[in-house]
Amino acid sequence: MIINHPLLGPRDAAEFTYLGDAALIHRPDWAAPDALPQFTDYGYLRDNPAGLHRELWFHEGGDRSWLVVTRDTTTHEITSVELARDVARREGRST
Amino acid sequence: MRYSGLRVIKEALTGHKGWGAAWRDPDPQPAYDYVIIGGGGHGLATAYYLAKIYGQKRIAVLEKGWIGGGNVGRNTTIIRSNYLLDGSEPFYEFSLKLWEGLEQDLNYNAMVSQRGILNLIHSDAQRDAFIRRGNAMILNGADADLLTTAQIKERYPFLNTDNARFPIKGGLAQHRGGTVRHDAVAWGYARAADKLGVDIIQNCEVTGFLIEDGVCKGVETSRGTIKAGKVASCVAGSSSRVMAKAGMRLPIESHVLQAFVSEGLKPVLPGVITFGAGHFYCSQSDKGGLVFGGDIDGYNSYAQRGNLPVVEDVCEGGMAIFPMLGRARLLRMWGGIMDMSMDGSPIIDRTHIERLYFNGGWCYGGFKATPASGYVYAHLLAKDEPHPTAIAYRFDRFNRGLMIDEKGMGNQPNLH
Repeated sequence: MIINHPLLGPRDAAEFTYLGDAALIHRPDWAAPDALPQFTDYGYLRDNPAGLHRELWFHEGGDRSWLVVTRDTTTHEITSVELARDVARREGRST
Repeated sequence: MRYSGLRVIKEALTGHKGWGAAWRDPDPQPAYDYVIIGGGGHGLATAYYLAKIYGQKRIAVLEKGWIGGGNVGRNTTIIRSNYLLDGSEPFYEFSLKLWEGLEQDLNYNAMVSQRGILNLIHSDAQRDAFIRRGNAMILNGADADLLTTAQIKERYPFLNTDNARFPIKGGLAQHRGGTVRHDAVAWGYARAADKLGVDIIQNCEVTGFLIEDGVCKGVETSRGTIKAGKVASCVAGSSSRVMAKAGMRLPIESHVLQAFVSEGLKPVLPGVITFGAGHFYCSQSDKGGLVFGGDIDGYNSYAQRGNLPVVEDVCEGGMAIFPMLGRARLLRMWGGIMDMSMDGSPIIDRTHIERLYFNGGWCYGGFKATPASGYVYAHLLAKDEPHPTAIAYRFDRFNRGLMIDEKGMGNQPNLH
């Protein structure tokens, strides 16, 4: 697989490590009354879809940026690559 | 028909016209007591033990494609019970004991071959860890044998014991481990289950569950609605897809694991060797091919094929420890979909939906578990309580902090 890094251009996927579902960007609020079940879901349950999957890749052998890669898990085709920082800001995760 | 040597001779003399089909091809009935989703090794074994040991009737196994077309036909055929933790070792040892009597039980030649498995040691720390593991195995009634480098050299003269990075300092052997003809396991269970009246229904995809007031009453399939007293999912890499139809999210990610086989060679490799530090393991099939593999690719996948970096990694590991591998040509490579769980251990449990049961999360180790998985799942289905060797494989172990994490990796499925 080739991941088209938004800053560095096309890079071999072997340069990256994989964390998982990009929903992990949205860590639950530790102070919420139902924080415990929320963190259980966050830590242990996954959608695991067959088809398009937004996922977090870390450019460990490169610029050490986190990316959100949209990839089809049935074909490995990558349709979109964004900096995780941009995604997190857009989705209100951080400023 | 009972298979025997005498039968082979008789059929040879009569033109092999009397064999017949090994199992029926029935149409689905409108209702069963038990519907098992997934006609792989685990599903077929579940149906077999449900009928044989627990005396249940009206059982169907539903398979989307053809039986044995999934992971039971795509693995590297190794059986062993060299686990460490209390939640796991009794279960896997139970499985190994079932393998030992499997062929007589099923009246089917599954080519169970206890040629031994050897885990290589490269450092003092690893030796300590393996001694601990060996002791845990012995405490649970399994066999374990710590070998010296000299013993290993004698038995496996082709191994590179002086690799600069990973010199071989010994090994933990389980002589009762070995290999099994994987397809024959599916066929043997199918034939034996069919004989006990189990309906094996192929080309029958489950498209939904009939759930009323929190009770599962059957399944919708591509061949119509089938009502059921109890519904049991047993679909390994497709677990999340199937259970999503019941509205469930699972502690599972599906990942691709690649496997490789070389051209056929004369016997060169007695037993199974694992080079864990180099992400490589190898055995030789009875046809002569060197069957080997390594790590999962590491990203979610349902593609049943992987990518080249892992191919390179596996072959590098192989060449490092096992230089003669370089003289063999690679014949085939393929991928299977692993139901990687959050702690590297399986789940065999009821769900929060009444009469709906789940078996999955086998990671890349489901094949060796096939007999015990079927046995304990049948126990759960028939008695509604877990089998004594499988009490730890619960759904709620994640929120209760009772993970069974053999490798100590935490909730990162691609590291197990």
